[in-house]
Amino acid sequence: MSVTKPLPHDAAPLHVSGTARYVDDIPTPKGTLHLAFGLSPIAKGKITSMDLSAVKAADGVVMVMTADDLPFANDVSPSIHDEPLLSDGTIHYIGQPVFLVIANSHLAARKAARLGQIDYAEETPILTVEEALAADSRFEDGPRIYAKGDADAAIAASAHVIEGGFELGGQEHFYLEGQAALAVPNEGADMLVHSSTQHPTEIQHKVADALGVPMHAIRVETRRMGGGFGGKESQGNALAVSCAVASRATGKACKMRYDRDDDMIITGKRHAFRISYKAGFDENGHIQGVSFLHHAICGWAQDLSLPVADRAMLHSDNAYLLPNARIESHRLKTNTQSATAYRGFGGPQGMVGIERVMDHAAYELGLDPVELRRRNYYEPAHATADQTLEEKPLGHPDPHEDLTSRGAVEMGNAPVRPLPAGGNTTPYGMEVSDFELHGMTAKLLQSSDYAARKAAIQKWNDENSVIKKGIAFSPVKFGISFTLTHLNQAGALVHVYQDGSVHLNHGGTEMGQGLFQKVAQVAASRFGIPLELVKITATDTAKVPNTSATAASSGSDLNGMAVKAACDTIRDRMADYLAERHQADPSTVTFSNGHVSVGEERYTFAEAAALAYQGRISLSATGFYKTPKIEWDRIKGRGRPFFYFAYGASITEVAIDTLTGENRILRTDILHDAGASLNPALDIGQVEGAYVQGAGWLTTEELVWDGKGNLRTHAPSTYKIPACSDRPDVFNVALWSGENREDTIYRSKAVGEPPFMLGISAWLALSNAVAACGDSYPALDAPATAEEVWRGVQRVRGGT
Amino acid sequence: MHFLTSDGKLYARRSFYVASKEGTHGRNRVRRRVSRMNITFLLNGETVELADVDPTATLLDWLREDRDLTGTKEGCNEGDCGACTVMVTDERGHKALNSCILFLPQLHGKAVRTVEGASGPNGEAHPVQQAMVDLHGSQCGFCTPGFVMSMVASHANGATDHDTQLAGNLCRCTGYAPIIRAAAAVEEQPVPVWVKDKPVATQASSPMLPGSSDELAKVYAEHPNATLVAGATDVGLWVTKQLRDLDPVIFLNRCEDLKEITVTNHEVRFGAMVDMNRMGETLADLHPSYSEMIRRYASVQVRHAATVGGNIANGSPIGDNPPALIALGATLHLRKGDERRSMPLDEFFIDYGKQDRAPGEFVEAVSFPRQEDRLKAYKLSKRFDQDISAVCGCFNIAVSNGTVADARIAFGGMSGIPKRATNVEAGLIGKPWSLETVRAALPAFADDFTPMSDMRASASYRLETAKAMLERYFLDDHGEITNVLEVKA
Repeated sequence: MSVTKPLPHDAAPLHVSGTARYVDDIPTPKGTLHLAFGLSPIAKGKITSMDLSAVKAADGVVMVMTADDLPFANDVSPSIHDEPLLSDGTIHYIGQPVFLVIANSHLAARKAARLGQIDYAEETPILTVEEALAADSRFEDGPRIYAKGDADAAIAASAHVIEGGFELGGQEHFYLEGQAALAVPNEGADMLVHSSTQHPTEIQHKVADALGVPMHAIRVETRRMGGGFGGKESQGNALAVSCAVASRATGKACKMRYDRDDDMIITGKRHAFRISYKAGFDENGHIQGVSFLHHAICGWAQDLSLPVADRAMLHSDNAYLLPNARIESHRLKTNTQSATAYRGFGGPQGMVGIERVMDHAAYELGLDPVELRRRNYYEPAHATADQTLEEKPLGHPDPHEDLTSRGAVEMGNAPVRPLPAGGNTTPYGMEVSDFELHGMTAKLLQSSDYAARKAAIQKWNDENSVIKKGIAFSPVKFGISFTLTHLNQAGALVHVYQDGSVHLNHGGTEMGQGLFQKVAQVAASRFGIPLELVKITATDTAKVPNTSATAASSGSDLNGMAVKAACDTIRDRMADYLAERHQADPSTVTFSNGHVSVGEERYTFAEAAALAYQGRISLSATGFYKTPKIEWDRIKGRGRPFFYFAYGASITEVAIDTLTGENRILRTDILHDAGASLNPALDIGQVEGAYVQGAGWLTTEELVWDGKGNLRTHAPSTYKIPACSDRPDVFNVALWSGENREDTIYRSKAVGEPPFMLGISAWLALSNAVAACGDSYPALDAPATAEEVWRGVQRVRGGT
Repeated sequence: MHFLTSDGKLYARRSFYVASKEGTHGRNRVRRRVSRMNITFLLNGETVELADVDPTATLLDWLREDRDLTGTKEGCNEGDCGACTVMVTDERGHKALNSCILFLPQLHGKAVRTVEGASGPNGEAHPVQQAMVDLHGSQCGFCTPGFVMSMVASHANGATDHDTQLAGNLCRCTGYAPIIRAAAAVEEQPVPVWVKDKPVATQASSPMLPGSSDELAKVYAEHPNATLVAGATDVGLWVTKQLRDLDPVIFLNRCEDLKEITVTNHEVRFGAMVDMNRMGETLADLHPSYSEMIRRYASVQVRHAATVGGNIANGSPIGDNPPALIALGATLHLRKGDERRSMPLDEFFIDYGKQDRAPGEFVEAVSFPRQEDRLKAYKLSKRFDQDISAVCGCFNIAVSNGTVADARIAFGGMSGIPKRATNVEAGLIGKPWSLETVRAALPAFADDFTPMSDMRASASYRLETAKAMLERYFLDDHGEITNVLEVKA
């Protein structure tokens, strides 16, 4: 079977030869025009006058558009229509698109975009948590609160109470391929849009609205992205809509790609959080109760901030059974880029909160941090009776709403069952029945030689005054499913040709994660044919409609199952036909090793396909899948939002220079749960890459805005993602061998986001090293840049 | 919601500005410029002759837009991500370079190989390409052509310090581990014949592309307002980011006599056009700490382009080279026409953005006296590799019989110019070489410097770590482990 094989990425030979085609590489029709935005230089205010004559007169400019020139919807929001493509006269952040230049070259458009003479009535921007709270500038009418038991009372009654707070910075996606789109006008009102997007259906919907046409007039194609990480779930809307509108206005194909600086200035990033906590522990380190206060900085528009902030709340337990918990979440509206989806989608922020509590508590209680964590783990996995859910009655949805967006509003509150009777439940009332971390932790501690290394580090720290070392463990339990339940569906389209080759299409998009290869492996396995017979094709809204974003780690879970269903439909038809010809039972027909066997007869798959064709059997089928068992009420904070959990554990060792705070990761050991992996090579690739990206978020990746709201870190010269030598010197990554306890595609588990949070151990290891410099808890902020580590050293030494 | 009834009607109610001059604008290459020139180079083994090229057209744009060679990617357009890396071969060998900030005239006489030319003439995979496939070195694939070309170049050069060779290539997907496995896997494999490019013999094609410092002196005197382009690692961004139209432009890359390195018993002298990699190699034995600092100066690609003279002449307050040179007591050699003058390097930097250089005057060389190696260069940045320093502290403290005989200490990032810590120096000279002396001198840092806060570091962190660097120098000098890069798990 193709599944479980460690095959290379399907496009790897194209990648290494420079022949893999991205949006900006697609040959363009003659006369293609190029676009650029004129951007606001102020963070808040009103446009009082706009003189674009110099823009229009600039070399190569064909047309200039403002909000008044847009024919239909001036809206690129994935949620509540609060994000105009071009400013409607109000300015919300520095970098907001104000006008659109259409020119005959990329460079000409960029040059002209700087020539706008615009006057503004400036207002004082809201940039910080304090300013937003003072102005009550927020999304939703007040905080969301999820609670279990009585946290305050439990904390008050505890033997040990710890309390603190920290800043947790955002993160720039830094996909290597910037945002890009190309619109090609077709006959009539039809339009083909190539978009570097994780969500082609969203693009299709926004473009249709912007052109005043039904969705059927717009076809969106996405072959691949040069990285997404959540940054192309909604942030590509503006480019695709601009191209479509400009293309309609000029009759020419239009292309837009952001220069890197523009990309970083215009688009949203990971949400920065301030997290305050108070927790009570007993003498043995068992947590009694915890209370979190989340302040999420959401930027100027709502985008996907509500489900992001929700998911942060949903991961405030991480791996720990919290008898009493209260999580209060404020979603603050600020005059900065609109924060958006980013790998983990709020989960990492919530998880950092509870890991900080555990780290702080272990320090104060003098317990080994791993031991403290294990004492608070959920109960080990056990079998539970599956309950079938009844379909919820739905109200009348508005078909013109952006229903496939994670920012969509659910129709009515979902009825959910009362809390399960068992005590092994999350703060939102979901029973944890697949907890793998007891076994994983034991194995990782042993394979990483944790105990001996911890002792060696102690010895090093006793003997060295300048360089101190630290080590830390952190576990991951990450919920898999879109929390907006209706998004957990997928479609596929499979054709078998008469020569036995297979054309495969599904709703997922390829951004480097190897989704296409995994899904092709599923198809090859279902037909029992070599992978070479399966052609993977670009995601296309005309082939599979109404797709969800390739997000929430759901790509192979959802699309793998949909492809399996489509393949099985065709396989069953072929089996029925061949069985009839051979007077055999269809269930005895087998598909393996490139052959189809019926009774004594053995056909090649191509022969079988040709026979079926001649027998007038349909060799094309759609497949569909919806995730079972899930239900969620986000207002009450109750239900089963996740089909299952993915687990991981990591141990990181670091060294810090106490003179300057410079620091390095010396060694990382990871054990990650991908269920029965569809492709261990691709999964390990996801784990290695996610760890480094997660560690980067918490160490060198610092976003800095000045007092006027200018993002000062808007290029790789100033925003520092990990470079080659920043990966751990020693980097041991292994997959936990186990099957998903839920019935997923070949019992595999989602792997896109969960390992990102393994990077938390790097931040905790820095805390551990700083703690070795003095006699108080380091209380690091994140990212722990060299400067922050240095400040931590000063703090624990009793300085400022 | 509105549905379209007729395409024409939809826009009839809108009045757009439609330019009447469509078609011939936008591309700068049609504009007449003083410094347009003819150039010749090899592209993937084939001769390319370009007439009348725009001198600030970048190789990347030309490859993608004019040659439809879209394998080379634009990731940042400022030389920081490496997605646009190509291999350029000249008389001094194979070099990985960022094509996004490489102007076409810089290629005159050289050989360029892009990712399309990494594979053999019959489509044979280069060993690094095959290893990248087999060892899962690509995920999204967008950075991959740049990595492949960096690896093709380092493989051709037999380099095995992969972290350093690939520091200029950013990858957001893989976490680098599989890429390094691929690089290591091909170390022993032979270099394919098709990548063994040779530079082409060319003639001078334009006075703006002078072949010697004499020719440069002449043409610069005629065009004293011209922009000099050495490696274009800074000027490139004036074009790609500031969108400036530069004209006229004089390219120094053909001035071979400015690329000389002279090491005598008395003096070490670098011509202005010596690139930073060659400088680092030369200093490896003379001043290893300086050489190690240069290893962290930008990336291989940038160091292949960046020059000693350019780094000094642009007067950046955060350039890493001037503080080290100042600490070594360097002398700057300037030339204008046939007039030459020399000055202590620190006197060249007058104020932020202001240097002691007259119109038409250019940097010819920098030199410093041969001396016992007492230099330590400490580069502090948010990321170790390929980052601009928050603070660069360079210490050259001579100790004789337990007493500080001389001290030259210079910093970048602490002021608007590279600047000596004269008060700190004074606090050390003549004193016993002890921790007490060091600590007593620390308050003088505040007399020497009033650093600023920016996105790289706060003022207080800069000032305090500058002090810490002096302590580090002392501890280093007494054998303590102080370098976090040298620690293992």
